[in-house]
Amino acid sequence: MTKYTHRNGLSRRALLKGAASTAVAAGSTTLGAPMLWAQNIKDVKLRQFGTGVSNLNDVAMKVQEDLGFTLEMTALDTDSVTQRAATQPNSFDIADIEYFICKKVWAAGNLQAMDTTKIDNYDKIAGTFRSGLLTPESTIAQGTAPHTVGFTSGANGTDFVQEESGWMTLIPTIYNADTLGIRPDLIGRPISNWSELLNPEFKGKASILDISSIGIMDMAMVVESMGEYTYPDKGNMTQEEIDLTIGIFTEAKQNGQFRAFWKSFDESVNLMASGEVVIQSMWSPAITAVKSQGIPCVYQPLEEGYRSWGGGLGISAALSGIELDAAYEYINWYLSGWVGGYLMRQGYYSAVPETSKEFMSADEWGFWYEGKAAEGDILSPTGDKLAGAGEVRDGGSFLERMGSVVCWNSVMDENQYMVRKWNEFIAA
Amino acid sequence: MVSPLVAVLLIFLVLPIVLIVIVSFWRATEFSIIPAFEFDNYAFLFGSPVTYTVFLNTFKYALITWAFTLLIGFTVAYYLAFHIRSLTWQIALFLLCTIPFWTSNIIRMISWIPFLGRNGIANATLISWGVIDEPIEWLLFSDFAVILAFVHLYTLFMVVPIFNTMMRIDKSLIEAARDAGANGAQILWNVIIPLTKPGIMIGTIFVVTLVMGDFITVRFMSGSQSANVGRLISNEIALLQYPSASATAIVLLVTVLITIGILLRFVDIRKEL
Repeated sequence: MTKYTHRNGLSRRALLKGAASTAVAAGSTTLGAPMLWAQNIKDVKLRQFGTGVSNLNDVAMKVQEDLGFTLEMTALDTDSVTQRAATQPNSFDIADIEYFICKKVWAAGNLQAMDTTKIDNYDKIAGTFRSGLLTPESTIAQGTAPHTVGFTSGANGTDFVQEESGWMTLIPTIYNADTLGIRPDLIGRPISNWSELLNPEFKGKASILDISSIGIMDMAMVVESMGEYTYPDKGNMTQEEIDLTIGIFTEAKQNGQFRAFWKSFDESVNLMASGEVVIQSMWSPAITAVKSQGIPCVYQPLEEGYRSWGGGLGISAALSGIELDAAYEYINWYLSGWVGGYLMRQGYYSAVPETSKEFMSADEWGFWYEGKAAEGDILSPTGDKLAGAGEVRDGGSFLERMGSVVCWNSVMDENQYMVRKWNEFIAA
Repeated sequence: MVSPLVAVLLIFLVLPIVLIVIVSFWRATEFSIIPAFEFDNYAFLFGSPVTYTVFLNTFKYALITWAFTLLIGFTVAYYLAFHIRSLTWQIALFLLCTIPFWTSNIIRMISWIPFLGRNGIANATLISWGVIDEPIEWLLFSDFAVILAFVHLYTLFMVVPIFNTMMRIDKSLIEAARDAGANGAQILWNVIIPLTKPGIMIGTIFVVTLVMGDFITVRFMSGSQSANVGRLISNEIALLQYPSASATAIVLLVTVLITIGILLRFVDIRKEL
């Protein structure tokens, strides 16, 4: 149960490489010369798992087309993803996980550090994932910001370092600013604060997500907005602060404020689309999914700002030889723009916006990234109409939205205590 | 020589339980579990008022579901066994009862959600009939919904064993009772029910253990708002708290064993079968 495979040493990896193919062993940066093993790579199968947000079959199909090898995708809910990354290192090659999950599982040694010199577009990766600064003037939001768990000390590092060390824990791919989703048609008035989630007006019509590291941050936003308490650092609460936060929500739960809690993306879509819930924690593509059913749904920007998250790709420690090369090639392909464009059209941000731009129309780029009014219909990657001419993205441009981020999904020092309290909240 | 059956039971039943007992004393960090011998998990479990509420809730679900499945199951079995005269029809109708089982448990459960929702079929129909003006909120994501789903899912587990024992009742006993002047109610109470007891007991054990061990029905039908012990365990597993999940599982196991032990006091199943 707690048997973890040890991180591969470089020597062993090189040895295995040599055994697999002498041609590959010759050059360490294989990316420049993929043709050498073009025949072998067709047999490679990489197994990727992650949350539903980016584990898309379209991506697997495109990989087959562009790179020639098979990518097998498994979509799980956030908690199951964490569980698998921590306990089943042999069940995956690529882990598509969030940074807060990385903080939980990195020390287990199931993922291997990635050499940034092998990442073609490393220099184009957004500042948020490298220095932590969105723009040189930005302040860093509270919580588990991606750059704090994005780098490790070396090839075999199990620690986190705060500078760009050349060894990344995850290669960033995707991020976004989250807020509350609302049904404007059923609420009928403007919503501008997080505290509205616990407004008795929405008794029995509110929902919050049942994923502790994310939910606790939504709770903290609400508690601060209600004026109940201001956290010195809501990304790292003390036991008393956890008690206070969860206490307020337990009381609301017992008063019947919530209709349901949700755990997976599609549950949140159903709750909103069926009108069971009119205000809730939500993720961007869930809004898209509700809208594409023709039901009005707004990702409401709020005065207090956004809760943010970021995700990236990690490589299994067990991976070596041609599979490892294929994994690097896959990650380079991932950052080269096609996936980024796809994700941006769903309302996420690509970690390498520059390359994604080439795979989006000027109108799409203007709408999703620059916050400009759409000139024509804005379609989702699957072809559903999301916005018509003249409409503007909720929350505006990239800089307005990501610039208003006040906290990241977090794993706190008191995480153990928090998850127990969270479990009590759900059971209360 | 150890018989194959004993070996199978040892490997697949006893060993896993022993492992769960051992792990329940271990310590957990965020990403790993550490062998230890601590009572922390149990201390936290018994020290939290939520545990007692959740266990109480589990018993509540089990008891109410049991009452309804028994009532419905007994009635259905009685009808099949004593009112349907031809064996062909008995078998045909019995098979009819199993039709819902051709689809998965979860689908049968989830199909209630659009039916019971705020704007669901039930509410829409009641409003159009003028029975209610406002949608009834407690139809979905409530204890009502949970118990409704349980009764729907598990009634057959009551019907089958009761029907089985009823079919074995010697019809001449009923005739004798009638000849002796007993009316229908007296026959039911003094002849049929005592003779059906083993079936009722087997059905009871099925329903009680299924309900007490369930977590997915409670999660979906209560919209994650209510909890029973199974859900407590599944949450702990999801949060990588394997040792505390093991501790909770052990306490649940002991509770269920005690419950079944008490049930078996009422009827000696071995003797009756």
